Amino acid sequence: MKIAYYPGCALHGSSNDYEQSLRACLGKLETELQEIPEWICCGATAAHSLNHKLSIALPARNLALAEQQGMEEMLAPCPMCSMQLLKAEKLMSGDASLRKEISSVVEAPISGKVKVVNLIQVLQKVGVERIKAAVKKPLAELKPACYYGCLLTRPPDIVSFDDPEQPSSLETLVSALGAKPVEWNYRTECCGAGMTMANEDTVLELSHRILTDAQEHGANCLVTACPMCHVNLDMKQRDIERRYGARHNLTVYYLSDLVGLALGIAPENLGINRHFVPPRRAEAAATQPTATGAVASSAAPAAKV
Amino acid sequence: MSRIGVFVCWCGENIARTVDVAEVAKAAGQLPGVRCAVHYKYMCSDPGQAMIREKIESEKLDGLVVASCSPHMHLKTFRKAAQRAGINPYLVEMANIREHCSWVHHDRAKATEKAIEIIGMAVEKVRQDHALQPIRVPVTRRALVVGGGVAGIQAALDIADAGYEVVMIEREPSIGGKMAGLSETFPTLDCSQCILTPRMVEVGQHPRIKLYTYSEVEGVDGFIGNFNVKIRQKARYVDITKCTGCGECWNTCPLKRNPSEFDYKMGMRTAIYIPFPQAVPARPVIDKNTCAKLIRNGCGLCEKKCQAGAINFKDTDKIVEEKVGAIVVATGYQLYNIGKQDGKLAGYGEYGYGKYKDVIDSLQFERLVSASGPTGGVIKRPSDGKEPKSVVFISCVGSRDNAKGLSYCSKICCMYTAKHTMLYKHKVHDGQAHVFYMDIRSGGKGYEEFVRRAIEQDGAKYYRGRVSKITEQNGKLIVRGADTLAGTPLTVEADLVVLATAMRPAEGVTDLARKLNVGYDENGFLLESHPKLRPVETNAAGVFICGACHSPKDIPEAVAQASAAASKVQVTFAAEELTREPEIAQINEQTCAACYTCYRTCPYHAIEQAEVRTPRGVFVKKTARVNPGLCMGCGTCVAVCPSKSAELEGFTEQEIYSMVESLA
Amino acid sequence: MDVMPNQLVRMLQLGRAEDALRSNAIWICVSCQTCSTRCPKEVDCAGIMDALRELSLRRGVVSPDQERVVAFQQAFLNNIRRNGRLDEIELIAEFKLRALPHERSLGFLLKDAGLAPELQKRKKLHLRGEKVDDRAVVRRIFERCADGEPK
Repeated sequence: MKIAYYPGCALHGSSNDYEQSLRACLGKLETELQEIPEWICCGATAAHSLNHKLSIALPARNLALAEQQGMEEMLAPCPMCSMQLLKAEKLMSGDASLRKEISSVVEAPISGKVKVVNLIQVLQKVGVERIKAAVKKPLAELKPACYYGCLLTRPPDIVSFDDPEQPSSLETLVSALGAKPVEWNYRTECCGAGMTMANEDTVLELSHRILTDAQEHGANCLVTACPMCHVNLDMKQRDIERRYGARHNLTVYYLSDLVGLALGIAPENLGINRHFVPPRRAEAAATQPTATGAVASSAAPAAKV
Repeated sequence: MSRIGVFVCWCGENIARTVDVAEVAKAAGQLPGVRCAVHYKYMCSDPGQAMIREKIESEKLDGLVVASCSPHMHLKTFRKAAQRAGINPYLVEMANIREHCSWVHHDRAKATEKAIEIIGMAVEKVRQDHALQPIRVPVTRRALVVGGGVAGIQAALDIADAGYEVVMIEREPSIGGKMAGLSETFPTLDCSQCILTPRMVEVGQHPRIKLYTYSEVEGVDGFIGNFNVKIRQKARYVDITKCTGCGECWNTCPLKRNPSEFDYKMGMRTAIYIPFPQAVPARPVIDKNTCAKLIRNGCGLCEKKCQAGAINFKDTDKIVEEKVGAIVVATGYQLYNIGKQDGKLAGYGEYGYGKYKDVIDSLQFERLVSASGPTGGVIKRPSDGKEPKSVVFISCVGSRDNAKGLSYCSKICCMYTAKHTMLYKHKVHDGQAHVFYMDIRSGGKGYEEFVRRAIEQDGAKYYRGRVSKITEQNGKLIVRGADTLAGTPLTVEADLVVLATAMRPAEGVTDLARKLNVGYDENGFLLESHPKLRPVETNAAGVFICGACHSPKDIPEAVAQASAAASKVQVTFAAEELTREPEIAQINEQTCAACYTCYRTCPYHAIEQAEVRTPRGVFVKKTARVNPGLCMGCGTCVAVCPSKSAELEGFTEQEIYSMVESLA
Repeated sequence: MDVMPNQLVRMLQLGRAEDALRSNAIWICVSCQTCSTRCPKEVDCAGIMDALRELSLRRGVVSPDQERVVAFQQAFLNNIRRNGRLDEIELIAEFKLRALPHERSLGFLLKDAGLAPELQKRKKLHLRGEKVDDRAVVRRIFERCADGEPK
């Protein structure tokens, strides 16, 4: 299977371990990625917060470039990118004059031929059963908390992927790899998104709640499919532990990490050694309470009755 | 020869301000066929009508045109006036020079000209009108009531007490509907079954009520006064004429773990069961999907135990026919099933209904609180049976929700939620009820005071805001919502969450509506003829509606509507014969080619496939024939007939062409 | 958040747009999209937050407490305009400098410096970010969008 590939800034920046991981994993599954040459940033939070027109134009340029490549499907592994791409296409498909205007702004026609997909959808296309059959090392010791984050499933009328309140696509995939995903409460709660630099306190608080809840429900690791979430939960994990006096010590895997490991790829080839929180023996963390001893509250702080 | 009288009304200032009525009358008087034309300030008034009668006599008029308001207003008035003076009422036309002229134009000269043209058309029509006689239809003075809930029961009793026979059909094994499963009713906190069961018994024992339970409407033919109803009596596998209701069978049945429909799955029942002890009839039914004998020829203990020999595993569905003259639909409601996706109704995954055992809906809570319920009225958490000390009630789940629910308000939830908090507090004295609401709708008699009681006397905490998500933590339900009056987010730890889910019409009501030719809206609620003035009639003559099948409502309203429907039925039965307007379709059987396009297109199934025979009975040809009892005069057959054999009395093609040509 | 999202919408309904534009809430919002997903009246609250952010900048009425967040977003967009793709080091540098007058602390400037060697160790640090070859087209796109709103 050949598919157009839009890495996005994160995967070529400080989240390039995600790219290493998914290239290795998809390569093993005979899926060829054809990177869009001259792709540009989708605009991320900055564009949609500061300039509506730009927030449509920047992703639209990439849709046009993909179309020029003649590809029908484009993988955008970062959910922020995929959501912006899907949103731009949706707005244009409902408004012909907008499509015309944006096509002229980006100096290339966009006719809506290209379908944007996320990593989970690509793996579903390969086939859960096929992946299950190809598993060499079942991940029996892993009890991951499947973390969807915000933009994989929201807004539902734009991304139309899985159920926005009770999704199950990650659990299905991860179970097929032999792991035992846990039942937990923070699957779709925000980690703080792109506020890592701008509003660090928000990120630390929200990500702390996620890690705490995962632990409380017996997870010994997390799995995510978003580079921003990964940064907030992995790179910032030590800062969170320091701020809240907590001991999370939870490895945050990319989905492609787990698929790759199960298929027998060595962890270094998946970039797992480049995470901030290294993997360790799974059992150890399962029963660790947080360092404060008390159950960290995962409820909103105000007016608890 | 025509001698038409034209009567131009001023309608006070309404017409006269814009239209020169004197000029109009003068011009009308010049039209061919017009014998006299006068104008008067208020034609519909007594002196106005007297003027009409006087002119009819003095000028020997044989047709009338009244140029005034819309026929919707006063056509009946003027037809009666004409009839009293000896003119056939169908030789009276109204020229609408108010709604169609004076009310929509400003230019006096042009409006006057237009008024004259409108009258010209009406005169042409009267010149070609035939005298028509109302159609007489016999009446079977028996009523059918579909649905045995409180509305159906009320309607049936009213009609039966008035002296007419009633056939009542109920889909469940017992009558009583949703009300039989409630614990206490607002605003009196009467025990629901205590006030309902005497009525149920009355229905069961009434000499003039024929009760079919565990039955459904299979098909309906006919028309007002003359309906043929086919009823499917589903197989009970118990002969209720032999059964004494002793209870040996359901006490013996070894299959005790079937989720009970009556308890909304909060409790269990056996495979042979009676839905609740006060059931009418108090006779069991066998669930063919779980009975071991019926599935694989095992067990059979109940048959052995039954002293009356009433068990019959060879029972089958039966079709029975009944003839009735009027039908009352009272099929009630169901709650929005929020656990699953159903078209646009996306469910509420964020509330965890179906995922967390302790998140239940309001009818399930009723069963928990009910003294005859699965827990004997003790409020217990479904998960661990412990007494909940903190209960969150969430209003508007699925109602007032354009995004993934229903846009309307379900009307009763504010009241029953207040009631629930009170019933909870009365049983769990140290418990705390929390209510998340958007608005409080308590408009009935004593209703506002009732809600205040819940808050002020029974200490329910009310937060104005919605709940965004429910999760479970250490056996407690974490309810995250907002208090918009305080302007803060709000989290409550609850032991039990009760969702006030939206009220929808009962399952299958649209199929029934199609059998009865009754319209329904996008939500499945049955359509009334007029929302203000004809709330219990439908556009299908002889079919009436009442209760929650029409719209969400509480018990007092359902009962009132039921009595209203019953009174309409009695009006129908009061006449010796039924008369219907004769402006219906006629088919020229000479020219009809029997292509039956009309038969297939008629929305009222009013056209029959018939035969033309000689007086000796020799077959001549096939033809289409209009049933005068059913035809509503819509004109569809006229439009589709390829041979122009169908015409509408009073609106023939010739008439319409003449009216148009009069403008040229 | 100093005001709740529904209060922001209420302010707009009442014509109190200024109050909404000056709030901290619109910059504390992380655009998680939960609001728009849940709203029973299909109000696109996340879209309203975007619009309020854009308008508050255009009208120059940003809450003074939120300079840091604004600085970050502006630095981000400038970075894209120049490079076509994000140059992370350049971004952090511009962000810190822009926000410095508001933060007024050396600690703020140096705070994330410790990340550099950690990222370098993991081969995640790109001293020279990727650049698009045809950067002129990116600049042109930005120019054409300078007015913010599609016609």
